[in-house]
Amino acid sequence: MDPNTLAWSVLLLPLLVAAAILLGLKRWSGLSSLLSTGSALLCLVFCILLAKGGDVVVETKTYPWIDLGQALELGIGFQVDGLSRGMMLIVTSIGFLVHLFSLGYMKDDKGKSRYFAGLSLFLFSMTGIVLADNFAMMFIFWELVGVSSYLLIGHWYDKASAADAAKKAFLVNRIGDFGFMAGILLVWILTGSIYFDEIAKAVGGVGNAQLLNIAVLCVFGGAIGKSAQVPLHVWLPDAMEGPTPVSALIHAATMVAAGVFMLARVSFLVGAAEFAAHTIAWVGAITALLAALMALQQNDIKRILAYSTLSQLGYMVMAQGIGPVGSDAGMFHLYTHAFFKALLFLGSGAVIYACHHEQDIWKMGGLRRKLPITFWTFVLGTAALIAVPFTSGFWSKEAILEAALHEKMTGPYVIAIIVAFLTPFYMTRLVIVAFFGKARTKDADHAHEVGPVMWIPLALLAFLAMFSAYSFVSGPLLARGHADFHHLVGHFGLTAILSLTGLVVGVGAAIHFYKGRDKDPISVPLFRDRFKIDEFYLGLVRVFQDAVARALDFADRFFIDPLVARFPAVAALAAGSVFRVFHSGNVQTYAFLFGVAVVGVIFYLLT
Amino acid sequence: MELTLNHFLFVSGALFAIGLAGVLVRRNLLVIFMCLELMLAAANLTLVAFSRFNLVDGQPAYDAHVLLFFIITVAAAEVAVGLAIIVALFRTKETTDVTKVNTMKF
Repeated sequence: MDPNTLAWSVLLLPLLVAAAILLGLKRWSGLSSLLSTGSALLCLVFCILLAKGGDVVVETKTYPWIDLGQALELGIGFQVDGLSRGMMLIVTSIGFLVHLFSLGYMKDDKGKSRYFAGLSLFLFSMTGIVLADNFAMMFIFWELVGVSSYLLIGHWYDKASAADAAKKAFLVNRIGDFGFMAGILLVWILTGSIYFDEIAKAVGGVGNAQLLNIAVLCVFGGAIGKSAQVPLHVWLPDAMEGPTPVSALIHAATMVAAGVFMLARVSFLVGAAEFAAHTIAWVGAITALLAALMALQQNDIKRILAYSTLSQLGYMVMAQGIGPVGSDAGMFHLYTHAFFKALLFLGSGAVIYACHHEQDIWKMGGLRRKLPITFWTFVLGTAALIAVPFTSGFWSKEAILEAALHEKMTGPYVIAIIVAFLTPFYMTRLVIVAFFGKARTKDADHAHEVGPVMWIPLALLAFLAMFSAYSFVSGPLLARGHADFHHLVGHFGLTAILSLTGLVVGVGAAIHFYKGRDKDPISVPLFRDRFKIDEFYLGLVRVFQDAVARALDFADRFFIDPLVARFPAVAALAAGSVFRVFHSGNVQTYAFLFGVAVVGVIFYLLT
Repeated sequence: MELTLNHFLFVSGALFAIGLAGVLVRRNLLVIFMCLELMLAAANLTLVAFSRFNLVDGQPAYDAHVLLFFIITVAAAEVAVGLAIIVALFRTKETTDVTKVNTMKF
């Protein structure tokens, strides 16, 4: 098949499956789950075929959608290059493994069909973002992933916390998306196009640097929302209310990385706006630090992973702000992170499943012997996340740090190094508390190893978590490559020494503090309460909402009420009291009045 | 003396006035109903008279005479309905006095 057909098949197949399930097959949940999983496998095969092209940009057909002549022409078309090929491989491979894992995890769920339809819908929307060749199409699919994320977070909608989390995720994303839309319009005004290739050509000729900076910052707003950067990070930890495989696919590996991917797609824009690029780097670094601090004191296994995702996304976003080398390093980290974080989430899913939906790590313990496969794959994922040398996470993190140092981004670099001390600490804490020691509850004591449909994805992901940085895996992923990473990380420098120190100190400290404990010996309320940012927003919303409500109340009481509601009522009442005199109840009176009126009308018409 | 249109119109007007007076002043529902029919007959008479005195090519037109048969047929149906209503009213109120039927008022 030619790339055009392949791309269209990858895009439309999941949509067809989602539609088929929702419109017809909903009752046969087994069939719909298998259909959805099968389509994910087929998409993976298509993407592997598509990936053979390397970094060659293939000509694909763009179908016009809205054509406003010279001014604006919106089309649905694909940009199949190294960047989108690599991202598609990530999306479909993790997508397929998550489908497979879900067959086990959601086996007895009563909303199974709906769940798999949601996954297929997500796959469709994500494909649209990755393959889009223009901003408008990307924005449409950007919103669609928001919708599918909303549906999947709120899968257990009868649980109030899940419904609230879904709503929160959607609303917080809307704030970022508003910025994104404004950014797209500004870019269109500045360059006269919404197609990436035309923008890339036109961006050099933009004279108004200030407006370009604003435009890029607005576009970055979209990434802040979708990739959950400070200050819009609050939705991601709550999104963990969704089923765990969804957290792995959407809220760790793919959708939240869409912001990073989008920045990499428009890296020529970011490169042209220096102030905006610096802001992006700083926002990423601050997110990485704050999220790592918050992760130190969480007790929910999925929340720890959620904050670590935030922290790693901070790294990637930071990398997007430090030039083309950084941008590629960020994408590299996105790829490796997608594998090992999906692994960690699916592993936590297996733990939660085995412990009868217990998520508090202090109620686990001793799972090392009960769940050996899960334990070992989880440890491998952790190793990659905390950048143990020669694992995939090590190479990609070094690439980012080296790029930051090389481009003289001292501030973000220092912050990133601090985060490299914190990450090993909280991850080791998680592993020790959950898997070592003795079982603290009956559920943890009675845990059994999960079935093969769940541990096979874990094993495959563990393999990828270890080796995805090596060229036999990363070759197709990094086809775009401006820089040779192995050259970048090949020399043993300051960064390597600092991050290895961080690793040893972090792991050592965590072992020292948490070995054999049944309670958290450290208590930092500020970190545990997530810097009270949620409460601050709630207060802010309340204050402003109250002010608006009071103003509206005033207008309602003194303007709308008398004029719109009371006045017509009084007028109708007055008219009624005049006319009701005629209603005597006597038929003959009515007949008489009718006759008089007819005579009156005839008289009026004749004169 | 030759009969002219005015003669017919005069009779018709008188009939209509008598009918109207009956409708407005009589209290028995049945009488009112009969007066109503009288008004209808007056209107019919006017119609026929106008048609009869409308000369087309020197010949009187008889279109309204045909129309009249339809009107009488429909009126008969209407009378049946009206009488049925009066019977139904009598069954519930046990009166045909319209001044006693006055509950729908202010």
